[in-house]
Amino acid sequence: MSAVVRIPTVLRPAMAGATTVTVEGVTIGEVLRALTTSYPSVKGQLLNDDGTLHRFLNVYVNDDDVRYLGGVDAAVAGDDEITLLPAVAGGAR
Amino acid sequence: MARYASILELIGNTPVVDVSALSPKPNVTVLAKLEGRNPAGSVKDRVALSLIEAAERDEILVPGRPDQVLIEPSSGNTGIALAMICRLRGYHLKVVLPSNVSPERRQLLLAWDAEIIDSPGSEGSNGAVRMAQRLSNEHPEWAFLYQYANPANPFAHYTTTGPEILADVPEITHFVAGLGTSGTLMGVGRYLKENKPGVQIWAVEPPSGEMVDGLRSLEDGYIPPIFTDNRGAEMLDRKVVVRPKESIEWTRRMTEAGLFVGISSGAVMAGAVKCANTIPDDEQATIVTIASDDGWKYLSTGAWSDDIDLVVERAKKIIYF
Repeated sequence: MSAVVRIPTVLRPAMAGATTVTVEGVTIGEVLRALTTSYPSVKGQLLNDDGTLHRFLNVYVNDDDVRYLGGVDAAVAGDDEITLLPAVAGGAR
Repeated sequence: MARYASILELIGNTPVVDVSALSPKPNVTVLAKLEGRNPAGSVKDRVALSLIEAAERDEILVPGRPDQVLIEPSSGNTGIALAMICRLRGYHLKVVLPSNVSPERRQLLLAWDAEIIDSPGSEGSNGAVRMAQRLSNEHPEWAFLYQYANPANPFAHYTTTGPEILADVPEITHFVAGLGTSGTLMGVGRYLKENKPGVQIWAVEPPSGEMVDGLRSLEDGYIPPIFTDNRGAEMLDRKVVVRPKESIEWTRRMTEAGLFVGISSGAVMAGAVKCANTIPDDEQATIVTIASDDGWKYLSTGAWSDDIDLVVERAKKIIYF
């Protein structure tokens, strides 16, 4: 199953300038791991070492925050659009 | 009762109206709580009264004492509600307001004799928060009630909005509201979770980076302390993004149910429709949403009358929902 991932401006330099990337995966975890396989330098910004979502990364499947849909286990269907939005860490409190 | 000693007695106890005509599914009832019925025109009347009363209890403010100044960042409605109450109590209110809010908000603040301090429009609500924090540090003699961190904000919803909703709609299954300071979601959410286990709490947020007055994306780099203090991430069951065009479309569609409401109410209705679409056909559900204010303050935006793409384009330059 392939999904379209919209890449935010701050991650584009590390991803060859791509605005969208099409990757294979049926869960958010699979999609993000596929991205880090293609672009290893973004791994630290997407996933923690234990494979969970990075605290300052927000991921939406069709505008629905995946953190409330099971996180990396959230399901992805073929025509889903996935949006990555890194939070600005400095203002978290 | 139709006779009141003070306008402040008219805050709260707002009506809930069935807007299921707009529900995408026959098995899902949708109700809107009309907060525009509050005397200063929005849900923020509850918050402003709670903030002022808490400050008076703590003797941060003392009615009748001369030269008392408050400063507060607001994209509009909290400022307007505080301004009305300050006018009654004799306090001088300074509102830090992003320069690009709709002109009606500015006019209303002036009508209540508040002082406006402009913050850069390009920095949106977060810029107003930062400027108010800086000015408050420079002027420790000013009262800074800080709606984003003050427990009196969610407390107002825990003690009034939440109990009103459960009393009027005991069959509620889902509560959908916008994410601004998060006060409504945290206060109502906590009350409902404690008193009606199983109710789902859904947050509606604007897309990151969009200027959405009254609503804010948690991803814009500022998470309100009351969100973290109330374990917001655990309180919410779902969080959905609603885009400007959907917000305007649903603000317009609300008129089909006879409701002339502000644009954040359209955004929340769009979120309620997304929520309704997740309910299986063989299940009954009752969604309660908050219509935070009426449409009057947004007429200058042409939101109901102009070409929708034009209105959406303008939404990127002006804060108006």
